[in-house]
Amino acid sequence: MASIWLIPLLPGAGAALNGLLGIRWFSRRVSGALACAAIGAAFVMSVAAFVKLVRLPPDSRAIDVVVATWIPQIPLATAHDIGMFSVDWTARLDPLAAIMLLVVTGIGFLIHVYATGYMKDEPRGSYARFFCYLNLFCLFMLVLVLGGNFLVMFVGWEGVGLCSYLLIGFWYEKTSASDAGKKAFITNRVGDWGFILGIFLVFFTFGTLDFREVATAVAAMPRETAGFGVLSLICLLLFAGAAGKSAQLPLHVWLPDAMEGPTPVSALIHAATMVTAGVYMVARNAALFSHAPLVLQIVGIVGALTALMAATIGVVQNDIKRVLAYSTISQLGYMFLATGVGAFAAAVFHLFTHAFFKALLFLGSGSVIHAMAGEQDMQRMGGLRKHMPVTFVTMMLGTLAIAGIPPTAGFFSKDEILYQVFLHNRLLWVIAAVTAVLTSFYMFRLMLLTFYGTYRGPSWTRAASPAAAEQAAAHGVLHPHDAYAHGQAHKDDHEVTHGKADAAVHQWHGPHDSPAPMTFPLMALAIGAIVAGFIGVPRALGGHNAIERFLASSLSVEPVVHDPAAAGLSNPAALGLMFFSVLVAVAGILTARHFYLAHPELPGRLAARWRGAYSLLYNKYFVDELYDATAVRGTFAAARGLFGFDRRVVDGAVNAAASLMQIASWFSHMSDKYVVDGAVNLLAWTTGRCSFLVRRIQTGLVQNYALLMVLGLFAFLTVYLLAR
Amino acid sequence: MTLTPITPYHYLVLSAALFSIGIVGVMIRRNIIVILMSIELMLNAVNINLAAFSYQLHNAAGQVFAIFVIAVAAAEAAVGLGIILAFYRNKETLNVDEMNTMRW
Repeated sequence: MASIWLIPLLPGAGAALNGLLGIRWFSRRVSGALACAAIGAAFVMSVAAFVKLVRLPPDSRAIDVVVATWIPQIPLATAHDIGMFSVDWTARLDPLAAIMLLVVTGIGFLIHVYATGYMKDEPRGSYARFFCYLNLFCLFMLVLVLGGNFLVMFVGWEGVGLCSYLLIGFWYEKTSASDAGKKAFITNRVGDWGFILGIFLVFFTFGTLDFREVATAVAAMPRETAGFGVLSLICLLLFAGAAGKSAQLPLHVWLPDAMEGPTPVSALIHAATMVTAGVYMVARNAALFSHAPLVLQIVGIVGALTALMAATIGVVQNDIKRVLAYSTISQLGYMFLATGVGAFAAAVFHLFTHAFFKALLFLGSGSVIHAMAGEQDMQRMGGLRKHMPVTFVTMMLGTLAIAGIPPTAGFFSKDEILYQVFLHNRLLWVIAAVTAVLTSFYMFRLMLLTFYGTYRGPSWTRAASPAAAEQAAAHGVLHPHDAYAHGQAHKDDHEVTHGKADAAVHQWHGPHDSPAPMTFPLMALAIGAIVAGFIGVPRALGGHNAIERFLASSLSVEPVVHDPAAAGLSNPAALGLMFFSVLVAVAGILTARHFYLAHPELPGRLAARWRGAYSLLYNKYFVDELYDATAVRGTFAAARGLFGFDRRVVDGAVNAAASLMQIASWFSHMSDKYVVDGAVNLLAWTTGRCSFLVRRIQTGLVQNYALLMVLGLFAFLTVYLLAR
Repeated sequence: MTLTPITPYHYLVLSAALFSIGIVGVMIRRNIIVILMSIELMLNAVNINLAAFSYQLHNAAGQVFAIFVIAVAAAEAAVGLGIILAFYRNKETLNVDEMNTMRW
């Protein structure tokens, strides 16, 4: 299977074609089909590679392909001696990479198909640009996944960050979108700073950047149980990168704002694939992390706190995509919590199932937004179940999955995490369980507000009269405070600027189910959200936990033992735990039903009663404000200070030097004028004076000259004759 | 009265006398044509010398040389008279004291 390196290049070629030719010349149909074909072909190749990999014996499941030498041998100092710094473009397919490969290409393909429908109102060039970015993202994501060493992974890592920036700010005419893009990019820089320092330290410590060589070297080292050594430092720096990319505390602020991007982007990048890169990276370095139990504990605590915090914020948000964004942060926190207790396989399992149901939920919310002509506020929805049955059913399946209701995918993966956390750390398990309640609560709140109850949105008329069109158009303008209602308002000014008025956008016929390109991926993902969990049925339910055994060769870690009880629970106890987690999820659902279906006035009353707590949650714990007051303002203040320093000290120094030079040059001028020129003039003057004496001989009279000649002749003759 | 034979000595005296007259003429006369004529005198004094020694030494080279000198003197006279003519047209005089523009 030497051609696995072609898998990333397929979407890369699609991006190149769409970017170089498509923006000018391709029709919407061609550029959409091209992008889908590129990622679809990559999916087919990934499946083939996966089959090849599974056929290998379990302990040798890894395919390495060195595509080219990137950095030839450069001697560099390491901790022990001079190491050879050489980096190859290595593609490595092992079980972990294979799972990610299937997620990225498979779900990526579905989302590409969905996007052909979702973005169809875009102007033609912008449409091709969108698919160019989307394919480019897939290229970098696959590089990240297949990279066999830290540096190749870092290339993909930065590339997906770039594509994320480009796609969040895809509607760049909107200030909030371009600001969100910048925020995402800058916040990620903070994490990437840690990541690259970690990479430096890895090379300095091990003399290599290859994942497998690092893992082998680590295996020979003792676990740093006693203190905070170099392995711990490496892991902490790497985790800083992972926290930035996966939106963990305290770098989570960019992900909710990233919802400014088109919904397919939110589904692909900010839910299913890119944000899980942090989890993937930690799992990829499982050997490293399991040797730094102190950092693992930090990872677990950060994950648990992030999960809880994001879930509490998600409870009170009204924007449908924001709820999902906080849900994503929360689920990513779950994954880090799992890695924190050493359950790397459980984290990857949850990553896998989460990709299905969260992509499904995002695409479903996109379908809802599409149906509501750009409305994102759930308070202006309701009762949509009757109007869009396909979206409703598929989203309900996704919600059941994320809530962890058996037998959906989320049940198995989440239960695995809860089980593992229960074994290792009871306190974190309590946090995880509370988060589980909150998760099922806010997800059903979302479903109930959107699909049940009475319709609270703007009215519409069936007839396509000009009045109805005006009403629908005004709708987007009527809610200027809703900063995230990008659709309608955006489309309006978009079409004014591009002069491509599409009457269909303005004549809104009320909520309706989406066209086939959008519903097909929903159905496919819904099936995934149900069955994806069956690859990891736990032993307590008679399964084999296939995914854990499959991943074992990638995650070659010694078992992390925190306490003697960690050996495992008996089957009845495990079943009891499982039952408890289902109970918890159902409790969340019933609470949501009580609040939003049976007594719709209750949430408002509660919010009024605990105004402070509500405001704290609604404003996301004021983290944005805190960062604005410290980091942003601090940066501006520092910039102003440095500007003043520049103006006064640096410019002053330069100007002082200039003045000094002026004075020096004045002296130089004077010496030139009077000393040097004076010497030359003195010489000329002296010559002139001397010549005054001699030039009298030059009478100009020929006879004088002749006389002198004769006299001279006589003189010579006289001397000649007398002195002979 | 017996005539003493003419010896080279006589020729040399004649030649020296002619040459001296020429030099004095060049130095003291103001008319440029006379100066030119004095120069001719000096040249001919040289010619007498050449002829005299040629005769005594039985070598024809001296006489050939004298012929050359005459030819050159003719050419010189032609050029000199041309210059004098041009000078006269400019200054309306032949006084050599007026030819003093070669000064500083």
